[in-house]
Amino acid sequence: MNEFVLIIRRDMISKDATPSPEQMQAAIKPFQDWIGGIAAQNKLVAPPKRWDSDGRVVKEDNVVTNGPYAEIKESVGGLFLIRAENYEEAVEIAKGCPILKWGASVEVRMAVPTE
Amino acid sequence: MKDSQLLHNLFRTEYRKLVSVLCYLFGIKHIEIAEDIVSDTFLAATETWSLKGIPDNPTAWLYTVAKNKTKNHLKRNVFFEQKLSPEFKYAAQKSEEIVIDLSARNIADSQLAMIFTVCDPCISTESQVALALNLLCGFGIREIADAFLTNKEVIYKRINRAKEKLKAENIKIQQPTILEINDRLEPVLTTLYLLFSEGYYSSSQNTILRKDLCAEAMRLVHLLMENKATNKPSVNALFSLMSFHSSRFDARTNEKGEIVLYDDQDETKWNQELIIQGTYFLNQASTGDRITRYHLEAGIAYWHTQKEDTDEKWDNILQLYNSLLILEYSPIAALNRTFALAKVHGKEKAIQEAEKLNLKDNHFYFSLLGHLYTDFDNQTALAHFNTAFKLAKLETDRKTITENIKKLVY
Repeated sequence: MNEFVLIIRRDMISKDATPSPEQMQAAIKPFQDWIGGIAAQNKLVAPPKRWDSDGRVVKEDNVVTNGPYAEIKESVGGLFLIRAENYEEAVEIAKGCPILKWGASVEVRMAVPTE
Repeated sequence: MKDSQLLHNLFRTEYRKLVSVLCYLFGIKHIEIAEDIVSDTFLAATETWSLKGIPDNPTAWLYTVAKNKTKNHLKRNVFFEQKLSPEFKYAAQKSEEIVIDLSARNIADSQLAMIFTVCDPCISTESQVALALNLLCGFGIREIADAFLTNKEVIYKRINRAKEKLKAENIKIQQPTILEINDRLEPVLTTLYLLFSEGYYSSSQNTILRKDLCAEAMRLVHLLMENKATNKPSVNALFSLMSFHSSRFDARTNEKGEIVLYDDQDETKWNQELIIQGTYFLNQASTGDRITRYHLEAGIAYWHTQKEDTDEKWDNILQLYNSLLILEYSPIAALNRTFALAKVHGKEKAIQEAEKLNLKDNHFYFSLLGHLYTDFDNQTALAHFNTAFKLAKLETDRKTITENIKKLVY
């Protein structure tokens, strides 16, 4: 088994961004069902946390800007760790994310096994 | 009340108090001496009371005799006193002046300290449960063996090894400090929950014994609630959970001692007082910023006290199981969650998720698949029930599976 991080990205800056706050609200239970389903397979390593939408970006020369998404529309909305055999399985799990249909994306990255 | 019955009841309630107080006084190295003195006291009661009749206040009589026996023991055994003195709480006093405090307050303090000692993680949870039954509940070796469906030898060895280990590790019999409580409370609650489950789910045919086990577990949790320092939300949640489960105790077995499944239970047999008690303590538990597994399980148990299948009920149960699994994985929670999923999102969706669970050595897994496939694909359902039957070891489980197969075939 390998560890993967699933990073959910979504638009948090556009005025008419989707998923909208209402869509996010409607996604709460499906989201819990998705994570619960992963946990039921004993494949959840570290559960998602709720992150605020405030955020800061730190750059060279003490440059600090507001928001983790100053220049891109794909801010990190959430992330969590899972266990899976390989990318194929991890991707199958990621496809269950209930806000994909509103333009969100899930980045899947495998942790390099420590020697 | 018959004399023997009175003595039996007194033994049940007073043995553990006296043992706790004396252990608290003597320290972990001298558990056996404490037990001997208390056993001697009850022996003296049996002999004296059969000749002279029962005294007006039997409990006070026992306390006086236990105190005298302790003092005599200390006086007689100078060697013991010397060996004991480094950790002896009243070491500075001469044995004649020793105060053996049998006030309600000190009894409660001693029992609380003993709970933390017995549930010390240096011994296995299995041993903790056996030792708790023995020292904290006054159960005999035979009763414990009956509850665990094993023989006396096994339990005797298990208890002695546990005591030796506690001595070797020099575990102090003392109440945890406020700072320690959060860390130390967790294993204590695990053990008390296990003790309860042992009674609730045991396949032992001895219903009275099983009820006793549940009652004892609840009494110990109640002791934790009575002390301000240990009266935490998680403790209240556990008590609530136990109350909800207990409310179904009489409904979940029939006259023959066989398990009656939830769907087939006569809800008029559910104990409403315990349901009200469970709800009260669930509310009490709803403070603080931590949701423990006991909160979630109590929530699930609460919804099960509503027999009628409503959308609201299963929706809540599913979400609670999701949270429980996210907090801590267990195969049984995974199976129950999938059952709830079927109620909320239908069998097809549940089958898809069930097949990912990969619990191929668990007969409950195949029973679940059998249930999900019933009325959907009965042939497959039958195959799953047959696999479940082959994997099940307990007669009660096999009987349940056979019932399900019968329903399918006829």
